[in-house]
Amino acid sequence: MMANKPKTLFDKIWDKHVVKSQVGYPDVIFIDRHFIHEVTSPQAFDGLRKRGIQVFNRQRTTATADHNVPTKDQHLPIKEALSRHQVETLRKNCQEFGLELYDLGHPFQGIVHIIGPELGLTLPGMTIVCGDSHTSTHGAFGNIAFGIGTSEVEQVLATQCILQYKPKRMKIEINGKLGKGVVSKDIILYIISKISASGATGYFVEYAGDTIRNLSMEARMTICNMSIEMGARGGLIAPDETTFAYIKGRKFAPQGADFERLVEEWKALKTDEDAEFDRVLTFQAEDIAPMITYGTNPGMGIKITDRIPTQAELQDISEQNSLTKSLAYMGLEAGLPLLGKAIDYVFIGSCTNARIEDLRLVADFVKGKQKAENVEVWVIPGSKQVEKQAIAEGLDKIFAEAGFELRSPGCSACLGMNEDKVPAGKYCVSTSNRNFEGRQGPQSRTFLASPLTAAVAAITGKVGDVREFI
Amino acid sequence: MAKDKFVILKSSAVPLPIENVDTDQIIPARFLKATTREGFGENLFRDWRYTPDNQPKDFVLNNSTYSGKILVAGKNFGCGSSREHAAWALHDFGFKVVVSSFFADIFKGNALNNSVLPVVVSESFLQTIFTEIEKNPQTEITVDIENQTISLANGQSETFEINAYKKTCLMNGYDDIDYLLSLNEEIRAFDLVNS
Repeated sequence: MMANKPKTLFDKIWDKHVVKSQVGYPDVIFIDRHFIHEVTSPQAFDGLRKRGIQVFNRQRTTATADHNVPTKDQHLPIKEALSRHQVETLRKNCQEFGLELYDLGHPFQGIVHIIGPELGLTLPGMTIVCGDSHTSTHGAFGNIAFGIGTSEVEQVLATQCILQYKPKRMKIEINGKLGKGVVSKDIILYIISKISASGATGYFVEYAGDTIRNLSMEARMTICNMSIEMGARGGLIAPDETTFAYIKGRKFAPQGADFERLVEEWKALKTDEDAEFDRVLTFQAEDIAPMITYGTNPGMGIKITDRIPTQAELQDISEQNSLTKSLAYMGLEAGLPLLGKAIDYVFIGSCTNARIEDLRLVADFVKGKQKAENVEVWVIPGSKQVEKQAIAEGLDKIFAEAGFELRSPGCSACLGMNEDKVPAGKYCVSTSNRNFEGRQGPQSRTFLASPLTAAVAAITGKVGDVREFI
Repeated sequence: MAKDKFVILKSSAVPLPIENVDTDQIIPARFLKATTREGFGENLFRDWRYTPDNQPKDFVLNNSTYSGKILVAGKNFGCGSSREHAAWALHDFGFKVVVSSFFADIFKGNALNNSVLPVVVSESFLQTIFTEIEKNPQTEITVDIENQTISLANGQSETFEINAYKKTCLMNGYDDIDYLLSLNEEIRAFDLVNS
């Protein structure tokens, strides 16, 4: 008998979750963990009601309120009527269908992709979905995690399964040592700038190489988080000792002997040697510099010391068209550098960069410094637990002394659907994941960057190169 | 839930020759707050259609020259946020088909789940469609699901891909949950073994 065909990690996990596979039909994939929030779930519950059915397995779904919650005075009723209605609807739905909800005020509340990992709900080898494209974040633990639409949320609630076609497999390998001031956000912004905002469409990505291996879990999450910004369905990283150490002792993670037994199983979660990928890309860590975006999709990024490209420098005609439109929106000129550009807001937060390590990185840099006078700085912890930890470590005082505002957890100014919005025409250096037109508020202008680059902007009031300050 | 059956569609089309149209443009985040699937059409492409003080802008949906149940858009339509509201908004506005040379993955799935058919054509055929609409805004385009063809009034046509499963669903007006619910016992058994 022939030896089993070598498999990628993605295939191993996928194959283990196929309930039914039929020619001409999508695979029926069993979902281990389902996260829901107030924005993409109400119509799914509505659907269940219309069909007269219950949730298939209540233990497998966890809810929180994050997208449109205010980040100030969370103990008061939500001022904005529609937001309040959605959060109340989530509350009502969770109660009616018997689901766990980490509501405003609960010690576990936070951005859905931050609380899953920190509570030990996100584990290696799982299938994880949520009605939010940044579900890819969880892939940092070596699982298949991806965003779904509300109809699929309804499928999972009703049947714990969704219908999927297997995507193609891409490996992105990064080797070498990162330079001074270069962090995981720069790695992913660099990759997206190289392959474009649609360069990985149709693929599921595995990140590999020693640069990735040397990253902490939180840094790995930042990378997997933005997989969707190059069009990928998701991105994953094989689990290792760093992963197991992070999970150990977390609230809902398996404990004691169960944990030890699972760690042994998880060690097998890696791509076989000789397994084939549909596409392999390799990057060198030494080539990566602090990055910043200049345009209106995350692929429009440059090294912080580079000039904005001109039409002639872009290969693709569609990119040339986007460039003109983007620069008009951003109020920028092709061929000019971004360094020294005055900015108005700094947003440190979102499922990309609102974990405790991100806050520590910023606090380390700003300690003893003051924010620039005309800049408003928002620091939004990703969860109540991150907030608590930040306060325990005294980061709140460092931020307060620097003139930064540490607020309560939520998605905040990442997506302009709560009270935190960047005003029209204003520039914001943001640690979030999208720089689309109007994303941070109507007519807002976003520069995506790492927490370190955001911290530099907060202190100097300008786009600056962190390497000059450390 | 049974939905409308969809076999053949003849309609004029609305041209949107812009690439990388993301779902934040299709339906801006601040309109995601409804708790039902209806009513999103009025905010479709809101910020391209209206100024912040609700004055109509120079945008194709405000131009009475163009109408129809088919939207023809540039490459990489529906990129960005996974919000299914983008598909609801297009459906609620009255679009049954979106034609482009490339669609973002999640949007494509969401559209198919909501009786909006994404039709992928070659880049050159897409440009031909834009040219034909420019020549005659009322020109009729025919989308035939059974034969998987998209045809123009001048006789030019192209075939498009649609998987067999979705084709059956669209033509019979049933959805994914109807199918999954029929597998309830198999799923229950799988959950017990793998929990």
